[in-house]
Amino acid sequence: MDFRLSPQSDAFRVEVREFLAEHLTTEIVERAHETGTVHDWTFHRALAAKGWLAASWPEELGGQGRDPYEMIAMREELALAHAPVDGMAITNMIATTLLHVGSDEQKARYIPAAIKGELLFSLGYSEPDSGSDVAAAKTKAVRDGDEWVINGQKMFTTLAQEASYVFLLARTDTNVAKHKGLTIFIVPLDTPGIEIQPVHTLGGERINITFYTDVRIPDSARVGAVNGGWQVMTVALTFERGGGGKGQFDNVLHHAEEWARTTAGAGAAMMIDDPLIRERLARVAAQTRIARLLGYRTAWTGAQGRLPGVEGSMHKLYSAERFVEACSDLLDMTGPAGVRKHGDPLAPGQGWIEHAHRHAAVTTIYGGTSEIQREIIAQRGLGLPRAR
Amino acid sequence: MDLALDDTQEQLVATLRAFLARHGGPEVVRAAEDSGGFDITLWDGIVELGLPSLAVPVVAGGSGASAVDQVLISEQIGAGITPVPLIEHLTATAVLGESGADIAPSLASGTEILTFALHPSQQGLARLVPAGSTANTVIGLDDDELVMVTSAPPVGPVPNLGGGPLADRDLRSGERITLAKSVQAAHLYKYGVARWQLLIGGALVGIASAALDQAVAYVKERQQFDVPLGSFQAVAHRLADVATEIEGCRLLGREAAWLTDEGDLEAAEVTAMSYVAAAETAQRAVAWSLHFHGGYGFMLEYDIQLYFRRAKAWTLALGDPRRTYQMIADIRYGQVGTTTANGGAWTSA
Repeated sequence: MDFRLSPQSDAFRVEVREFLAEHLTTEIVERAHETGTVHDWTFHRALAAKGWLAASWPEELGGQGRDPYEMIAMREELALAHAPVDGMAITNMIATTLLHVGSDEQKARYIPAAIKGELLFSLGYSEPDSGSDVAAAKTKAVRDGDEWVINGQKMFTTLAQEASYVFLLARTDTNVAKHKGLTIFIVPLDTPGIEIQPVHTLGGERINITFYTDVRIPDSARVGAVNGGWQVMTVALTFERGGGGKGQFDNVLHHAEEWARTTAGAGAAMMIDDPLIRERLARVAAQTRIARLLGYRTAWTGAQGRLPGVEGSMHKLYSAERFVEACSDLLDMTGPAGVRKHGDPLAPGQGWIEHAHRHAAVTTIYGGTSEIQREIIAQRGLGLPRAR
Repeated sequence: MDLALDDTQEQLVATLRAFLARHGGPEVVRAAEDSGGFDITLWDGIVELGLPSLAVPVVAGGSGASAVDQVLISEQIGAGITPVPLIEHLTATAVLGESGADIAPSLASGTEILTFALHPSQQGLARLVPAGSTANTVIGLDDDELVMVTSAPPVGPVPNLGGGPLADRDLRSGERITLAKSVQAAHLYKYGVARWQLLIGGALVGIASAALDQAVAYVKERQQFDVPLGSFQAVAHRLADVATEIEGCRLLGREAAWLTDEGDLEAAEVTAMSYVAAAETAQRAVAWSLHFHGGYGFMLEYDIQLYFRRAKAWTLALGDPRRTYQMIADIRYGQVGTTTANGGAWTSA
């Protein structure tokens, strides 16, 4: 038994920190925070120049052959530094999917450009009427000769405003069971008929609704078989959960501990001397450690060649639920000043705790809701029967 | 990263599980409750398996097992709510070894049971010592001395929630040896508490795990409204939450043990974390398991109450588990009033 990540992960972690010190400017972090666009092209290209947009891929495919533990270390450091990497994460997931299920032409067209940092993908799964029930997608693609014509609407198309393509789930057969009549397409976002409307969130992020009106794309944009979209999406979903959290949990604890150490409490004591504060910080510290271990277990399971379904679900469920509770409690600890915003010199933890509390609300929803995770754990982990 | 058990560990766990499946079980637990919370035949079997000597160094005639091995064993002892003072014996022999004193062969083997008083004595009286009504020999902190006292245990335990062999022991009567004084005594006492946290934490993960297994088995069978209880999401989702917490605690406990074996500076903090997390999780696991058994869960003749009572009792031996967070805070942030800064660098959680 060994709880060290990997021999290389410590060294890589240091490398990533040095990179961040050089390339992740305050300006970049502030701009991402203000605009809600969790992506920066300069920073993205700097990551690409280091070969880090596909660091875990084999070298012969343009990667660096880094192990899952190095990738965890990198993700943790990026999160701790508030690096805006949504574009990197989504694009890597799609590029990896194409590596497995794309046509040769698609691989040649998208993959090199993606790992060079020249283009971004966005995801087109959710719709106004289908989130968790993703197979109920109604956006239609109708065949017309060598082309498809798309009509419909997608919700939460994160980074559509920066991306070149949307990885779109469309209905191609209405006469079969819903998950059997879906197809995935790579749709260029500059195709006529696409409209992007911004949506602003509680967490300060800017996402989008995208509308598709008679959008024409060639059949070469199809990924996988006609009506094989569910299988393609399943592949994509396995790359969404790489194990190892996003590090945001450790981040908020760090800010809260810093606040407690540097803020005066009752009398001559500091907040960090108050038993009530000590207990709550220590509790969150234990929870972040458990969350991290569940993530490491997910990565380890994958590294053994097993698909970490239940492990990934446990990690996601635990981390998100505890994160929501922790952000609320840690913000409470900071008292009335807790409502101050990032940018206000009197905001506890530079306002990052307040921000984390607002952002936390989405973590039990995205990447598979807590209820979906519980279904997976209950059925596949505990063998309990499906709800009727 | 390697979370697998090695072959020796697999064997160790499998052997104990098979033994407990054959010789332990709820009927044995119930019978023991009526006879002082201790099953001597079961203990003789544990002695034969060589388990009491796990914490004794090889040079002293023990098997010098790792902390990880001992936590793995403790998980099984907990899962079986086994009425034997193994965790007490492992804790106490670890303290004895750490003190540098000779370990008599009878103590090493478990032929003589050794236990550890978890709280400093009050005027020589150690209250509610675990295995206090079965162990001939007790190690405890009496004022500023760590002593080892051999005396006849009282007849019968103090009746208690967990049906265990708890008893008060007088550390100033019988044969008394001083193992250490002042600073060294305080260190050894802390060492014993930390070892107890590690092992009883493992046992609490075992209790939680067994309680969950029982709940899952029950809700698969039991039907209401013409469907299995387990098909209701209110039931399934709660059990999924419990299962997740248990796996998290299991990992944390094993990590704490591994850090202990490595002599890592983080060992004390992570051990305390693993202990309180296990205590809280075990409490939730037994409570939800009992709840999902419905009215039957509340009946003494159903087994879940055996787990329910021990999840609490085995935790309370060391005291209010919430106080452990202050211990964790003392390590992370320094003692109250010292406001240790860490230079703005990251302390890994």
